[in-house]
Amino acid sequence: MELVIIGGGPAGMSAAVAAYESGVRDMMIIERDEALGGILRQCIHNGFGLHRFGEELTGPEYAWKYEKQVKELGIPFKLNTTVLDITPDKTITAVNPEDGVFTIKAKAVILAMGCRERPRGALNIAGTRPAGIYSAGTAQKLVNMKGFMPGRSVVILGSGDIGLIMARRMTLEGAEVKAVCELMPYSGGLARNIEQCLNDFKIPLRLSHTVVRVFGKERLTGVSVARVDENRRPVPGTEEYIPCDTLLLSVGLIPENELSKSAGIALSGVTGGPEVNQDRQTTVPGIFACGNVLHVHDLVDFVSEEAETAGKKAAEYIIGIRKKNADVTLKTDGRIRYTVPQRITEKSDVNVYFRVGDVFRGACINVYSGGRLIASRKKARVAPGEMEVIKIKKELIPDSGELYFELEAKK
Amino acid sequence: MAAEGIAYYDAAVIGAGVAGAMTARELSRYDLKICILEKENDVAMGASRANSAIVHAGFDAKEGTLKAKLNVKGSEMMSRVAQELGVKYKNNGSLVIAFDEKERSMIEKLLIRGNNNGVRGLRIVEREELRRIEPNISEKAICALYAPTGAIICPYELTAAAVGNAMDNGAELLRNFEVTGIEKKDDVFEISSGSKKISARIVINAAGLYADKIAAMVGDTSFSIHPRRGEYILLDKECGAAAVHTVFRTPTEKGKGILVTPTVDGNLLTGPTSVDMTDKEDKSTTDDGLARVKRETSESIPSIPFAKTITSFCGLRAVGSTGDFIITSPVRGFINAAGIESPGLSASPAIAEFIRNMLLEQGFSLKLRKDYNPVRPPMHGFACADTEEKNRIIKENPAFGRIVCRCERVTEGEILEAIRRNPGARDVDGVKRRTRSGMGRCQGGFCSPRIMEILADELKLPFEAVTKSGGASLMCVGKTKEGR
Repeated sequence: MELVIIGGGPAGMSAAVAAYESGVRDMMIIERDEALGGILRQCIHNGFGLHRFGEELTGPEYAWKYEKQVKELGIPFKLNTTVLDITPDKTITAVNPEDGVFTIKAKAVILAMGCRERPRGALNIAGTRPAGIYSAGTAQKLVNMKGFMPGRSVVILGSGDIGLIMARRMTLEGAEVKAVCELMPYSGGLARNIEQCLNDFKIPLRLSHTVVRVFGKERLTGVSVARVDENRRPVPGTEEYIPCDTLLLSVGLIPENELSKSAGIALSGVTGGPEVNQDRQTTVPGIFACGNVLHVHDLVDFVSEEAETAGKKAAEYIIGIRKKNADVTLKTDGRIRYTVPQRITEKSDVNVYFRVGDVFRGACINVYSGGRLIASRKKARVAPGEMEVIKIKKELIPDSGELYFELEAKK
Repeated sequence: MAAEGIAYYDAAVIGAGVAGAMTARELSRYDLKICILEKENDVAMGASRANSAIVHAGFDAKEGTLKAKLNVKGSEMMSRVAQELGVKYKNNGSLVIAFDEKERSMIEKLLIRGNNNGVRGLRIVEREELRRIEPNISEKAICALYAPTGAIICPYELTAAAVGNAMDNGAELLRNFEVTGIEKKDDVFEISSGSKKISARIVINAAGLYADKIAAMVGDTSFSIHPRRGEYILLDKECGAAAVHTVFRTPTEKGKGILVTPTVDGNLLTGPTSVDMTDKEDKSTTDDGLARVKRETSESIPSIPFAKTITSFCGLRAVGSTGDFIITSPVRGFINAAGIESPGLSASPAIAEFIRNMLLEQGFSLKLRKDYNPVRPPMHGFACADTEEKNRIIKENPAFGRIVCRCERVTEGEILEAIRRNPGARDVDGVKRRTRSGMGRCQGGFCSPRIMEILADELKLPFEAVTKSGGASLMCVGKTKEGR
């Protein structure tokens, strides 16, 4: 088969449509769930598609725009199908109830498996292990897709976007959200979500606070929260007990790259996703990656854009187009945590996406090539919760060497 | 004979931990009507679900003690038992490492003790060999006691399999049966749990932390049990190769010292702490305890990547007041299997035999059943099958082609099996312990709603009645749109 796309969420569908439009026909989307749409199926709130479609869509509406195209174009897809393995030579092993365990040899592969939530265990919060502790996304699935309430009085740890969305969602369903605690001195979510999901409902956001202990034998009965110091260590004496029956965790998303590892793809230690070039091609030729499996996005609009690049470039790879007229590595100063792509191998206009490691005001992003400033962009405020982009014009891309991304700002 | 209307059994085993489970299985070889009384919603809910998962070689316990005798014997029996019960078992060997000459003299004493206990193959390995057989070991370790018979096993898998095998051979499991009273009437014991009552001729008290309370019900107050907390940190399967052997620190008065070990499922397990407690229900972890586990295990193997932690948990060992296992019979037909702390898991097959012999000595006639089957097909049969076999199974039952837990690759077929097979899972944690669904990196984030649905369907429960681990541990509190 020419192209296999792993994952039928927004990234996978958008990549598939782009590849189809670039001429690929012998292709297939493999989706583990019972329907296309990915995690958008449970995101029933609005706010999707502002950038891309200029309208406020719900998650399922946004997903439907792509699902419709996939179906109208007749792009084949297999549901209820889990990929078990990808080899470096692009042999894919998968399983489903109808076909059993089967393999497909692909000319090109697009990885679009998304990400998972960091669970409680990874935080090592002391205390008991009662029912009532969920990651925010699991709670979202229970409420929005199953129609059940995980609890009635809620503390949320972490102010990632899903946590913020769920603070509002639980409130609308009649639960009392007592606090959202955030370990960092700033929120990890979008500014608009802080306004619309917390402030509009008078839900307190407690920055520099964490949950230090969990109580309850069978069902959660309460948590102890404490202020943390500048090293994120709980300050003794600041503990406060909050009675609640539910603790939701929104403490980070992790690109799901177990399959990428089996394919021998180099992963970035910062993003947790594959290292890619401007085409979103990984270190294994012919394997591309896009969406949250590559790096965690805030807005699905950018996922779609990235996936189109991957789909189009995978199509070019399949026909045998190999453009390589540069070999540039993108480096950052640490204030800028990472860039995607991490490499540029072709002189074309490249949108470089990046995230910063802290909140900065009066920021100026400078890009240097061989010590020479080639691009610069000013931003009144940058924050870890908001992905940024800077465009590098093709004529400024050197043949080889480094592009250095630096953030100049007051903290 | 028993009073009318009360179910009568030849033998009642109180407690479905590993000691009770193995004893019930041993007794199920004979022509006896058996019941297992468990106060929780599932088996292996006490120390048997949260311990080091080690089959100790047997060099720790003092010569002449029951602990020493039954540990060495149990450890020798374990690989056969594991094979019969289809339980994963790996003879990976163990190491007790010494950091200085004082510790060297301690492990030399252990070597002598182990030899006296009859442990085979013990020897001291010096720095160079130690580094070769355990590549990530600390530079500071000068030598180690090597026990080639040390092994690893999954304790709750073993317990569930032993109960399941006993049930396949006719035993009954009565869950949520917390024994509240025992009354001896002639040669029969009437055992009640609130208003529920059963009677039995033989009673095995394997009630773990509460074995003292149960013994007192027949007037035996010769011992007491107190809980000793042990905290553990479990790491991702990516880290399972960080240790080859089970690596112990040199023991102290308080226990065998903190260890690092691979598990049979490929994870890395570190712990336990050892803190004497009073509350028999307090299974909470502590900041201090978890910090100690990290610090002390990192001294043995400096490269343990704690950033890859999957979960942390706490077990309460049932420590007896005599210092040894308390396997006694205060009244004919009533046998205590109490104070079964470490090396209780290792000793459990031998404990079961020991108890059977006591019953024979007391004059109970035990007649072997002709149809007894010691074999229980493994729960992990599908996962271990080759592709051809998998496809045959999927064709027969498509549920095996639907993966529910993506991290541990558990299929719907396996989850259904866990609910349907003896002793069937009744809650989310029960499914997890039987199938590993939810034990992986996402800790059930993706699969738990689906598992709740399957449980509700299979057990014919409303979705909101599904629990995490029985009792009031409800996963959901009601439907949406119900208001407050």
